[in-house]
Amino acid sequence: MATLEIRDLHVSVDTENGTKEILKGVDLTVKQGETHAIMGPNGSGKSTLAYSLAGHPKYTITSGTVTLDGEDVLEMSVDERARAGVFLAMQYPVEVPGVSVSNFLRTSATAIRGEAPKLRTWVKEVKSAMEQLQMDPAFAERNVNEGFSGGEKKRHEILQLELLKPKIAILDETDSGLDVDALRQVSEGINRVRENGEVGTLLVTHYTRILRYIKPDYVHVFAGGRIVESGGAELADKLEAEGYESYTKGGASE
Amino acid sequence: MAEAQNIPVGSTTAGSIAVAAESTVATRMSAPPSFDVADFPVPHGREEEWRFTPLERLRGLHDGTAVATGDGVKIVVEAPEGVVVETVGRDDARLGKAGTPVDRIAAQAYSSFAKASVVTVPKETVLTEPIRIAVHGEGGVAYGHQVVELGAFAEAVVVIDHTGDAVLAANVDYLLGDGAKLTVVSVQDWDDKAVHVAQHNALIGRDATFKSFVVTFGGDLVRLHPRVAYAGTGGEAELFGLYFTDQGQHQEHRLLVDHNTPHCKSNAVYKGALQGEDAHAVWIGDVLIQAAAEGTDTYEMNRNLVLTDGARVDSVPNLEIETGEIAGAGHASATGRFDDEQLFYLMSRGIPPTEARRLVVRGFFAELVQQIGLPDVEERLLAKIETELEASV
Repeated sequence: MATLEIRDLHVSVDTENGTKEILKGVDLTVKQGETHAIMGPNGSGKSTLAYSLAGHPKYTITSGTVTLDGEDVLEMSVDERARAGVFLAMQYPVEVPGVSVSNFLRTSATAIRGEAPKLRTWVKEVKSAMEQLQMDPAFAERNVNEGFSGGEKKRHEILQLELLKPKIAILDETDSGLDVDALRQVSEGINRVRENGEVGTLLVTHYTRILRYIKPDYVHVFAGGRIVESGGAELADKLEAEGYESYTKGGASE
Repeated sequence: MAEAQNIPVGSTTAGSIAVAAESTVATRMSAPPSFDVADFPVPHGREEEWRFTPLERLRGLHDGTAVATGDGVKIVVEAPEGVVVETVGRDDARLGKAGTPVDRIAAQAYSSFAKASVVTVPKETVLTEPIRIAVHGEGGVAYGHQVVELGAFAEAVVVIDHTGDAVLAANVDYLLGDGAKLTVVSVQDWDDKAVHVAQHNALIGRDATFKSFVVTFGGDLVRLHPRVAYAGTGGEAELFGLYFTDQGQHQEHRLLVDHNTPHCKSNAVYKGALQGEDAHAVWIGDVLIQAAAEGTDTYEMNRNLVLTDGARVDSVPNLEIETGEIAGAGHASATGRFDDEQLFYLMSRGIPPTEARRLVVRGFFAELVQQIGLPDVEERLLAKIETELEASV
């Protein structure tokens, strides 16, 4: 069973005013089939956690370990992490001019699966995944993220999640900027992937709204660069009622 | 694509539309067009038409010190039946009819070549196979003159392929009779040290169609000057270009479309990818719409994709309009970067960095490559792009 283990993770970034530590000792274990919600105020470092796990070059790991089934994730390049089964759905996916969605998806699936998917089954697979996400088939011929609306970008991220079938899915603020219909469709996509029981999900979010559609097994409150409280789904209800104030007041938050 | 906000440091993307302005294409040149090299001063590098070119790398083509050697270039012409291939002397009346040299090196070439090559497709001859002209550098200095003439309603595809190592200055004339259709693919696939400077003159007859692909990969310095003028109404020119500028290379394409005749069309699309330290691409797109050229329809576009730090692009589209009675005129230029965020995004989907670059560059060039219509040339170009990309990682 796939397990992602994060131990005492410290991460810094270079800023104009020197090096700044953002993650200050994160401990978390995510197992296949589990869904963890990471919730926290803006600037708490929750997106940094997401990008650090995917290997974004902006972030420097200063100490700690991250392993996936015992393998050292921090030693892997970005593409190796993805091939090992780590997927990051980004909050702001970038435009890649000149590369069509269909070409991108196929190249990516080929890299992740280790062989090119058979064309006939692949076309069906993509088509049905797009239909379920209410995506226009014409979308496949557009360039990756070029001119996409916020909702289209998020659908495209979740489409990749469905096609790439990672062991660990990190969803960075996938709910932000979505209207209610889009949120429901995107959440349904995430749930389809979760229901097969093969993915461990790390749902990074600012709002409790998405948790109406995606029921977490665990909720962690993130503040000041680390997890300050963990609990079950009921912790989200407390946050819904009380907000983050009790965690940020006089605390270590930035 | 990331438009003008994302220009690599040091690059320029300038554009202008001049209406009866004081600075025009003509006033920016050092001397009026002439076949005689003596009519042009030796450039010092600050002239408008030379300011982007590293003169010290021209190996003397610009100052008269490059003397033709016996081992310059070897030219082999393969032509289907019906085509007349001749080698002629300097006094042949067909030479220099398509245009006059506009800078010192073109005039030097015209003043220095010994024999010219003339390829003629007689009127109403429609070729089904391309004419192939192989220009192979043998390591020396050469001056050349090539004429391709299509009679009225003739149709032909010509592939001019430059390989090997040479210091070459040349003029190439394309003469299109009324209603003729000519497609030219000029491939600059030189070895690393080659220097190639050429002026291409196309004179397009009434209702004739000229389509050109200029494909530049190799060489230390390549400076091409594709020019188009019209001999009658209803002419059309499509000028496509594709360049891949590597570490240390200087590749310069200076287009001029002279709309001197009413109701003609032109469309120019040049795309370039750059990678490596001191890779330098220059694109100048001059379009003139003369007062007489009513009903002109023209568009020009240059796109650049910078793959690494250290590369530089200078892109200058320039439109001069002397009549308002036109169908359309426009230009666009943009230089985008394949940046770390795009690379991160593709890699985060399991795609290795080499493959990520390949995906982006192939996508960038695809629309142009597909238009060539010659499978062997297309495959070779794609293979070339692959090689260039692999060399970079």
